[in-house]
Amino acid sequence: MYDSPNSEAKIGQKAIKISANKVQVYYGDTHAIKDVDVQIEDKTVTAFIGPSGCGKSTFLRCLNRMNDTIDICRVEGEILLDGEDIYDKRVDPVQLRAKVGMVFQKPNPFPKSIYDNIAYGPRIHGLARSKADLDDIVEKSLRRGAIWNEVKDRLHAPGTGLSGGQQQRLCIARAIATEPEVLLMDEPCSALDPIATGQVEELIDELRENFSVVIVTHSMQQAARVSQKTAFFHLGNLVEYGMTGQIFTNPNDPRTESYITGRIG
Amino acid sequence: MSASLIFLIVVALAAVGFVLGRGRAMASAGGDIRNLHSLPSYYAFNVALSALVPALILLVVWLIAQPALIENRVQSMIPQDRYADRGELSLIMSDVRRVADGLDLAVERDALTREEASSIRTEFTDVRSRLADIGVALGSDVDRTTLTAAQRYRALNATGNAIRNALVILAALAGLGLSLWKTNHEFRARNSVEKVVMALLIGAASLAILTTVGIVLSLIFNTVEFFKLYPAMDFFFGTTWSPSFGGGSELGILPLFWGTFYISLIALAVAVPIGLFAAVYLSEYASPYVRGFAKPLLEVLAGIPTIVYGLFALLTVGPLLVSVFGEQGGLGWMQGGTAVMTAGLVMGIMLIPFVSSLSDDIINSVPQSMRDGSLGLGATKSETIRQVVLPAALPGIVGAVLLAASRAIGETMIVVLGAGAAARLSLNPFDAMTTVTAKIVSQLTGDADFASPEALVAFALGMTLFVITLALNVFALWIVRTYREQYE
Repeated sequence: MYDSPNSEAKIGQKAIKISANKVQVYYGDTHAIKDVDVQIEDKTVTAFIGPSGCGKSTFLRCLNRMNDTIDICRVEGEILLDGEDIYDKRVDPVQLRAKVGMVFQKPNPFPKSIYDNIAYGPRIHGLARSKADLDDIVEKSLRRGAIWNEVKDRLHAPGTGLSGGQQQRLCIARAIATEPEVLLMDEPCSALDPIATGQVEELIDELRENFSVVIVTHSMQQAARVSQKTAFFHLGNLVEYGMTGQIFTNPNDPRTESYITGRIG
Repeated sequence: MSASLIFLIVVALAAVGFVLGRGRAMASAGGDIRNLHSLPSYYAFNVALSALVPALILLVVWLIAQPALIENRVQSMIPQDRYADRGELSLIMSDVRRVADGLDLAVERDALTREEASSIRTEFTDVRSRLADIGVALGSDVDRTTLTAAQRYRALNATGNAIRNALVILAALAGLGLSLWKTNHEFRARNSVEKVVMALLIGAASLAILTTVGIVLSLIFNTVEFFKLYPAMDFFFGTTWSPSFGGGSELGILPLFWGTFYISLIALAVAVPIGLFAAVYLSEYASPYVRGFAKPLLEVLAGIPTIVYGLFALLTVGPLLVSVFGEQGGLGWMQGGTAVMTAGLVMGIMLIPFVSSLSDDIINSVPQSMRDGSLGLGATKSETIRQVVLPAALPGIVGAVLLAASRAIGETMIVVLGAGAAARLSLNPFDAMTTVTAKIVSQLTGDADFASPEALVAFALGMTLFVITLALNVFALWIVRTYREQYE
């Protein structure tokens, strides 16, 4: 089911960041994710593709335990972050989410100033020793979020006043500010126009230098453009996982091919 | 025929029109609904409404206009030298009406014939005793002018009623006929029925607004009267409240105003934190099951009549406070059960569901994506609530608090029973005080002479209160609108 040993060897040079083994997710009686095994590498962009309702967002939300906030959701199996099980009782989900940041489908800046939006995480986690330190973190995050030049003169204006694309980059910068190791993105461009999408994609490519990025997307072009590895989900199963180029040009599974060529969806 | 009978006739005509309209529409379509522009019931309603609406409007207008017109005509029959001012004239007119009603009753009971009633003369008949026989008591003997005026009043009324009846039924028939004539399969009955529905909605909305205007006008009128009798400066800045109907009363609003303010302040100090915390618990922490029964239970508090809260204050809270803060408790701060603190605490309890229910709705309307965003950054639940949810909900919460404040200011029963009746300026929350609303009640109950400043002051107090609560409500709405976060 996996890619050929050949490509495995090439990507094997990078360390494994997250390793999921036999993950099952249930919503009440519904078995939403079945037996998913996936190894997500460090400093790589991994794309999850698949038709709506195939479980890709659900699986993404398992990686930082956001599913804990849903009462009827139950997760089984093992997800290791740097070799430690994140569903272990000793793991504090709050601490975990600081390490595994998340960007959502719709930009959701807090109704605060741009500065306070970015400073929110660092303040909560006590990352800044002084005001100057915090200023530094805010500037650095906004620069890494590729939005510094647009907002540097109005840091104290409300974040909700920005355009959609700027808001989404603000949210990415906000997620970066807590110094996460992994960044999860749940369809980050679905509410954006093509220009803003282009800017965010460029940003994702730059983020790869420092983070392991996992992105859920409905756009196959987007997956092809930004990711190095792609996982195809269908009806709660991980159908195929491999190098992006290979998935899109020479998929092993007939279902993957049908989806990519637009025959199932 | 009385007006109610006419009304029934018109309704019956409308019902007939309903059936006829439907039948005619169906006939013109050859019995096939698909050939009709609108559903058959629309044609039926169109005919019924055409019969009903113009006739009823005419009836209502007539019922309002006729007495005024007749009154005017009869008044002119009374010689100028019989009365000195409008007050005396209105006394004579009420006599005239009383006699006219008595004559009506006499005819009805067969004590007088119809002809006798309109032809009897004071010279030959003792009208007072004849009317007394059938149970109509008159204050004095009926003189000639009054009797002739009363007879004229009856005659005019009878003619007016007859014309009214004829016209109303004619209008109903005309509406019925016209709309029946228009009814055919191409007529757009649906659109015309919808116009009537819209007019009904407009009518309902304007009635509510007009009532508000009417209330304000009646307040303004009496307030102006009051300020003619009592200087406004003394009213607004006087520090003594001691009305005495014998004269020489001091009517300063400040002690009452201070009482209102103090009691409301304590009520809000109780209601806002408790209500807010309850709202946060219910909307953020409670499981759906707990929420399902806790929220309705909390809202039961809102359904308790305020007089019951007043009893609670008088019988339970007051004595309890005295036993702690009174002589027995060793502190000796509190003389009796009625005090600012008693009323404030109970009023606070009354306001809890008000604050919590509104705040709960507002907190729930903060989008889940805000919470997700914060939780996704590694914030705990309470950090998320404190730093994201509550700030986002703050404008709405401030609005809720201001609305609660205007309720507290307008509250009366709890104050009457819980706070006492002494108007005084004091800082001690265990003193008895009173509020503007409680004093409005006490100034108007009993035998109030509506020409004295002691009674009219109630309207000035009411007006002041109205302006204050209106300002609070407008301010609350303004805050909610200006600072409301627009979520998509």
